[in-house]
Amino acid sequence: MEHSSLAGRIFRGVALTLVLVFFMFPIVWIFLMSFQSNEQILRIPPSILFEPTLSNYQALISGQLRTTAGNIDIPFMRNLMNSFVLSSAAVLLALLLGVPAAYAFARFKFKLGETIAFTLLSFRFAPPLLVLLPLSLYYQQLGLSDTYFGIVWVYQLIALPLILWIVRGYFEDISPDIEHAYRLAGHSWREAFTRIAVPLAGPGIAAAGLLSFIFCWNNFVFALILASADKQPVTVGALAFVTASGIQYGQIAAAIVLSVTPTLLLALYAQRYLVEGLSLGAVKG
Amino acid sequence: MARLELSSVGKAFGSVRCADNLSLAVESGEIVAVFGPSGSGKTVLLRMIAGMFEPDEGDILVGGQSIVGAPPERRGIGMAFQNFALFPHMSARDNIASGLRAKGAGGDIAAKVASISSLLKIGHVLDHRPRELSNGQKQRTALARALIGNPEVLLLDDPLRNVDAKLRYEMRLELPSLLRRGSASVLYVTQDYREAMAIADRIAVLIEGRLVQVARPEEIYAKPASVAVARLFGDPSINLAEVTPVAEHGALFADIAGTRVRLDTGDREPIDLGACWVGVRPDDLVISHAPGDDAIPARVVAVTPMHEKAVLLLRFSDGAEWLAALPSTTTVADADDNVFVRFAAEASLLFDRATGVRIGLPHRRQAA
Repeated sequence: MEHSSLAGRIFRGVALTLVLVFFMFPIVWIFLMSFQSNEQILRIPPSILFEPTLSNYQALISGQLRTTAGNIDIPFMRNLMNSFVLSSAAVLLALLLGVPAAYAFARFKFKLGETIAFTLLSFRFAPPLLVLLPLSLYYQQLGLSDTYFGIVWVYQLIALPLILWIVRGYFEDISPDIEHAYRLAGHSWREAFTRIAVPLAGPGIAAAGLLSFIFCWNNFVFALILASADKQPVTVGALAFVTASGIQYGQIAAAIVLSVTPTLLLALYAQRYLVEGLSLGAVKG
Repeated sequence: MARLELSSVGKAFGSVRCADNLSLAVESGEIVAVFGPSGSGKTVLLRMIAGMFEPDEGDILVGGQSIVGAPPERRGIGMAFQNFALFPHMSARDNIASGLRAKGAGGDIAAKVASISSLLKIGHVLDHRPRELSNGQKQRTALARALIGNPEVLLLDDPLRNVDAKLRYEMRLELPSLLRRGSASVLYVTQDYREAMAIADRIAVLIEGRLVQVARPEEIYAKPASVAVARLFGDPSINLAEVTPVAEHGALFADIAGTRVRLDTGDREPIDLGACWVGVRPDDLVISHAPGDDAIPARVVAVTPMHEKAVLLLRFSDGAEWLAALPSTTTVADADDNVFVRFAAEASLLFDRATGVRIGLPHRRQAA
């Protein structure tokens, strides 16, 4: 590689730039849009030269959306908070349930074990809309619709299979003899699980947790049907920007920037684990 | 200290019987090697004692108390694994000390770790993680971890399998005294008959889940219970010929490749026998250029030098091939030479061809 010609290096540089522009352009464009007014965004031809304004962010943070038809209240900051609470709680619950389950599936052969594991995975390929209609009826009966707990529960459809299958692969990679040795040294199976299996599967658990956080954060349809405005996450809250007097592109862009930032930072911080976790889960699962 | 006793232990996985009516007692301070080909059930046996599986039948006793059903951490067993099974996220020191800490041994942990690690010559690597250790150091760390708590029963699952030949040789010399330190009952699993003979007081030969013979090493070599045992002990392995021995003039004779040779009867009355195998170890063959009535003519097919020995591949007139192992200092024959093969009657072993059992064993005498 180090002996490549000048032309080769230039070509590689150009190719890399093209790919980077291709993938980064939407994000950069939205970032720029978030500092423009609706008029600036909609002018023809579009231009990257504009006078930046913070009015979009102001509107979001104060919760007052100014449109030509008047002011509308939007609970954007509350939506953002809801996203945080719902996704974190869902991932936490899924880790609490999924990690021990993954361990059981990896270590013990039991009746219907594979069937149960596969059934849990199959939740990932059922179209959510198909599940939602009966689910919303049940939820109304049970008094779970429009509760945080109800949404966290339905998010388990997203998070639990993911955690189960990725973490299971990690547990299967740990030689059972290591745990046997720990038990022979005088520790109970619970200690062997918490002090040997969980730390050794740590990167996998972190990756699975991050991935399911991102998937929960991005979910739209569950909360749309099962929750009302004050419990809805940003993905649903963004609908408020489609107003009677038009679509508030500037505010949408600012909202996207605000709602993407946490997951983007998380993903950048943990990319190493993410790639490792994903590929390992794929190979071992 | 306590004696380990297995009584009629049986275990099956599906249709595969890994342990079939195993009975064995290991006295305190004794080292018993469990030796057998791979897949014979050695590891399953150790794991039943360690509590990773429970036996389907029979009982396992330590100091007269049954340990079947007890969780592994309460069995008082130290174990060294073939793949070392060190805790990868802990230093060598923490690996070794983990057992003492679990028992709450208190302040003398550091002193005990220091003493066992100096004994095993790993004192300088105690702060390293397992992945920074060489295979030899890993193996010594695993041994230290098994030995440190002075367990009543010590199980070693082929601990020298994954270390290089030089280290294996060194450890073979060091291990017996290390293992006898705490007067534990030691079960030592190995696939190498030389290791078993070097380390153990007694050897238990396990073939297809059955204990075929339990005896002192020299006894197993000299009087193997069956053809299978005879084949497992010795390198190159024992030569066998199909014969039907006949008794004449108070001695036993058999026909090997057209030559009548006298066979060993020990102090017993020679009688006509049915179909048998006669076995002669390669070391017991004598090669010469002098013909004789009792010498089997053969052609040397190949000569393989093996450090202190030379191994000759011989072909008899009937096409059978035997091996002879001679001290490499004496070059009696080269490839393509025609030679004569003799062996002392006492060197011959007779086995029943149908059952493989050695003929002449006191309790199997009627099998002849």
